[in-house]
Amino acid sequence: MAVCIAVIAKENYPLYIRSTPTENELKFHYMVHTSLDVVDEKISAMGKALVDQRELYLGLLYPTEDYKLCRYGYVTNSKVKFVMVVDSSNTALRDNEIRSMFRKLHNSYTDVMCNPFYNPGDRIQSRAFDNMVTSMMIQVC
Amino acid sequence: MDASEEPLPPVIYTMENKPIVTCAGDQNLFTSVYPTLSQQLPREPMEWRRSYGRAPKMIHLESNFVQFKEELLPKEGNKALLTFPFLHIYWTECCDTEVYKATVKDDLTKWQNVLKAHSSVDWLIVIVENDAKKKNKTNILPRTSIVDKIRNDFCNKQSDRCVVLSDPLKDSSRTQESWNAFLTKLRTLLLMSFTKNLGKFEDDMRTLREKRTEPGWSFCEYFMVQEELAFVFEMLQQFEDALVQYDELDALFSQYVVNFGAGDGANWLTFFCQPVKSWNGLILRKPIDMEKRESIQRREATLLDLRSYLFSRQCTLLLFLQRPWEVAQRALELLHNCVQELKLLELKSLGYLCGLVSEKGPNSEDLNRTVDLLAGLGAERPETANTAQSPYKKLKEALSSVEAFEKHYLDLSHATIEMYTSIGRIRSAKFVGKDLAEFYMRKKAPQKAEIYLQGALKNYLAEGWALPITHTRKQLAECQKHLGQIENYLQTSSLLASDHHLTEEERKHFCQEILDFASQPSDSPGHKIVLPMHSFAQLRDLHFDPSNAVVHVGGVLCVEITMYSQMPVPVHVEQIVVNVHFSIEKNSYRKTAEWLTKHKTSNGIINFPPETAPFPVSQNSLPALELYEMFERSPSDNSLNTTGIICRNVHMLLRRQESSSSLEMPSGVALEEGAHVLRCSHVTLEPGANQITFRTQAKEPGTYTLRQLCASVGSVWFVLPHIYPIVQYDVYSQEPQLHVEPLADSLLAGIPQRVKFTVTTGHYTIKNGDSLQLSNAEAMLILCQAESRAVVYSNTRAPALGGESDMLGMAEPHRKHKDKQRTGRCMVTTDHKVSIDCPWSIYSTVIALTFSVPFRTTHSLLSSGTRKYVQVCVQNLSELDFQLSDSYLVDTGDSTDLQLVPLNTQSQQPIYSKQSVFFVWELKWTEEPPPSLHCRFSVGFSPASEEQLSISLKPYTYEFKVENFFTLYNVKAEIFPPSGMEYCRTGSLCSLEVLITRLSDLLEVDKDEALTESDEHFSTKLMYEVVDNSSNWAVCGKSCGVISMPVAARATHRVHMEVMPLFAGYLPLPDVRLFKYLPHHSAHSSQLDADSWIENDSLSVDKHGDDQPDSSSLKSRGSVHSACSSEHKGLPMPRLQALPAGQVFNSSSGTQVLVIPSQDDHVLEVSVT
Repeated sequence: MAVCIAVIAKENYPLYIRSTPTENELKFHYMVHTSLDVVDEKISAMGKALVDQRELYLGLLYPTEDYKLCRYGYVTNSKVKFVMVVDSSNTALRDNEIRSMFRKLHNSYTDVMCNPFYNPGDRIQSRAFDNMVTSMMIQVC
Repeated sequence: MDASEEPLPPVIYTMENKPIVTCAGDQNLFTSVYPTLSQQLPREPMEWRRSYGRAPKMIHLESNFVQFKEELLPKEGNKALLTFPFLHIYWTECCDTEVYKATVKDDLTKWQNVLKAHSSVDWLIVIVENDAKKKNKTNILPRTSIVDKIRNDFCNKQSDRCVVLSDPLKDSSRTQESWNAFLTKLRTLLLMSFTKNLGKFEDDMRTLREKRTEPGWSFCEYFMVQEELAFVFEMLQQFEDALVQYDELDALFSQYVVNFGAGDGANWLTFFCQPVKSWNGLILRKPIDMEKRESIQRREATLLDLRSYLFSRQCTLLLFLQRPWEVAQRALELLHNCVQELKLLELKSLGYLCGLVSEKGPNSEDLNRTVDLLAGLGAERPETANTAQSPYKKLKEALSSVEAFEKHYLDLSHATIEMYTSIGRIRSAKFVGKDLAEFYMRKKAPQKAEIYLQGALKNYLAEGWALPITHTRKQLAECQKHLGQIENYLQTSSLLASDHHLTEEERKHFCQEILDFASQPSDSPGHKIVLPMHSFAQLRDLHFDPSNAVVHVGGVLCVEITMYSQMPVPVHVEQIVVNVHFSIEKNSYRKTAEWLTKHKTSNGIINFPPETAPFPVSQNSLPALELYEMFERSPSDNSLNTTGIICRNVHMLLRRQESSSSLEMPSGVALEEGAHVLRCSHVTLEPGANQITFRTQAKEPGTYTLRQLCASVGSVWFVLPHIYPIVQYDVYSQEPQLHVEPLADSLLAGIPQRVKFTVTTGHYTIKNGDSLQLSNAEAMLILCQAESRAVVYSNTRAPALGGESDMLGMAEPHRKHKDKQRTGRCMVTTDHKVSIDCPWSIYSTVIALTFSVPFRTTHSLLSSGTRKYVQVCVQNLSELDFQLSDSYLVDTGDSTDLQLVPLNTQSQQPIYSKQSVFFVWELKWTEEPPPSLHCRFSVGFSPASEEQLSISLKPYTYEFKVENFFTLYNVKAEIFPPSGMEYCRTGSLCSLEVLITRLSDLLEVDKDEALTESDEHFSTKLMYEVVDNSSNWAVCGKSCGVISMPVAARATHRVHMEVMPLFAGYLPLPDVRLFKYLPHHSAHSSQLDADSWIENDSLSVDKHGDDQPDSSSLKSRGSVHSACSSEHKGLPMPRLQALPAGQVFNSSSGTQVLVIPSQDDHVLEVSVT
């Protein structure tokens, strides 16, 4: 379903980034990193317009032509960003499904944060989170 | 029209298609009306009610009026809507019935028949009335007009199909009215026609769509049909609806492609599966790309064609809708900022394809491909051919030569970067910059690439993206290598060698690069390449030995550090140097002690926070808050004034966040050259933790701060510019010190004791033959033993030479008398000063030793009649037991006949701690003794526990004076029972008889004021007093009296008194005291005591009156309680002076009288004393 899932801290460094092992990891890092531009743009635009709406889903950030990938963004209230790169050839994936995936991701991230041994700002090494991400990536692949 | 009237850029095509309206009849008439008509028709909007519940719309109608021809009418099955005539109008100006009947009617009938034949019901007949013509033939048509006739003839039930337009070319209100009516009619009819025809068309279209599962169905065919609809909507300016048609087509097509991909192949799709031969560019400037459309119609379109055609149509419509941003969104959501990148990517990949980006230049295969590509681009479109900047030209140019490609590529890249930067998409700009850098690298222009790589790297570092950092660094390393930036290259290499994201081989490679460089013989021997340490190795912890990091001058200090090597292979380091900053301490030693408790861990290990990893920069680089409570108290009463919390490391937290570029910039590292270094040579740093020990000998006293850590590998120096937290060690120099202290708690005077001399040498080194020279006061002896020994102690904290020498201090036990009486129980002390000359100082050290006197001595005079004894009491106050020996009492006066006979039997006597020993001597004299006697008591003493001492100790001496020691008066008291009774009884009066006898003649001591002389007889006045302090007796009558006593031996005075025993038993006799009675004139000021003189004695019973034989005595009714001489306040009163104890001997003291209880007593009280 997803080929790359990244959690990015408020300060824009990656808390977690995981991509399909078959593909070049570096490429995804660059891709997610550049998409932060769009995330930033959307957040700043949202800051003015959608303060009350509590809409965390940013929608499609940036389709990439050459890899048939689309990036979707999601930003939590604490400005932690989730970026998901999905294979756009998979048109069965609708907006709602992406939303639900993000919600799942968010819930799992919240669980990680609830762990008293987790230091906020550290890289996420939770196995449960990892498994959840794996499940989200495996579904189609 | 809104859209078309807008001053749009020329590239946007104005829609020329309008619904077709045919005109039949009088063409000249129509031509004359046409300008007004075409102008007026779109002016008013009309509400268009739609089928299928679609929202009604207000539309402005516009029409294309064409001359009616039969060919215009669509044949059966023709789906073309664009050319479909929606309304047919017949124009006539006829006002003459004759003319009408002759020509117009036939013409109309023919027109109607043609329409009917094509089942077209949308028609209108317009009759133009012209006043000018009408005037001429007013009388001809009085009643029925042509209008009525036409209505009758043609519009049998549809009278509204015939309208009259009056004087259309005139400017009158009637004309206006008639125009309005006509236009409204025209619009209504047009809309009706639209609704009807479009509805029918849509129905047909849907039917066609439903058939799509049938084998023969063709998408292209359907495409054409639905597009027709879109065209119509577009024609009607309903761009939204038109767009919907295209979107539906788009979705349908996408669905088919997806299904095709999933294996559900539709036949028609195979048309699209042809090899792509042409990649014509997208044309957005034309509303309809008729070529593509035709190819679709002919089913020859490729997928690319179809897609681009669809997209171009969508874009056109969106542009009409004034929504160019949607064009952008749809154009892969990119137009307003990403189109340039898209072009770039396409262009670059084309460049790759044609080998233009390769370093060698295009080869033949590449050239072939280029030719193909250019052919595929197709002929340049005529409309763009003339413009110099046409994309086709650009692309062709770019592809045809390397230089041109480079130029265009760079242009585009720079434009993109600029664009991204200006819209705030820094990351994307950096990414493109990196691409550009790669291009430059390929083009062998590393100097141009570097700046982009640095920029990108800075960005990644700032945001902590590890993999991009590594990748960019690798590129940068290559770039720097090409540029010959040795320092930068080595630094990047060291960073890469420690990068765990790289493979072991890569890391080794970069490490080897450094080592290779380091092993090269450098051109100038002194040249150093200074690199930051953190990538090479990290300082983990530091440990001092001694662990408090305080060392005396000359001492050895070990500093053990743990360095964590980041290199993948063992690295041989020539030397590791710690630069130390030396500062002369001001108040160092105290400060150090304080500092120790505060800052140092108990084990002396200082841990260094791990170097900030490349990520996350913003968080870990900040030190933790160090908060402390703060109390401020008022200096006067120590009450709390303010309290709060202060942050100790504000300077760390609030400083400007340095850009992380400093991590990469070697310029930030400066090698400090200091005089003080800790050095460790030839160390091999294994990967991981390494222990390195520095050893140094402390030289100058002061505080040494560890500043920099450098490791040198050949000419490469890795420098840790600042060691933080601050690590210091202190070297102190201590002046030699001498302490003298007793071994016991305190020194006692008179006996040998040991005193410990402690010499803390400090910086002074004891040489052979050094000696301490002691100068002592005479009263204190220093006993030196033959072999004087000194023990050298060395303790870890402060190595010192401790010498212990035996000194037997003995203070002279002779005491000044006044010292003695100071405090009751405490030992009297005396200080003796010792001056010591030390070899290290020209000044003498004066030390005061305090000695305590162990004894306290008192003396007393004892009498027995006229015999006299001296008693000396020695009290041991110390904790020691002593042996007393050889007690002597000698008279120091000149009376030779006085003998002191000791009554002590033992010569040796122990005196235990806190105990007393008494010595008694009897005084004997032959001649008249002197009034006072000076005695000296001396007793030898030695500590009881000590073994025999080799030296003789001075005896303890005590001097005292005894005065008036011989007896003048003898007082004897007797109690007799009442007459006739055998014993005294309680409650009955008994007689007390006091006998005062003088024992000697006039002596020197009697010569005082009380002495009166008459007829060569001397007498003195005495006062007696009977006091019973134990209240056994009640003295009845006078208890005291003054007697005049002749000063002669054997002179006796007898006093009778009545006393009454109060208790039964053996009762001691009441005391009889004697005082000297001094006359009042003596000017003696004594202390005034008002209470001491009491006028009345309640107990006194005046019974026997003045019965004293010596009537010269003063009658006194007072009882004198005070033994002291006293004088009544303000009155000239006689004084009383107690006789010294030795002068009065009470011979009846200690005797007792038996008192038996009275017989009739019911209560028996027995007092036993």
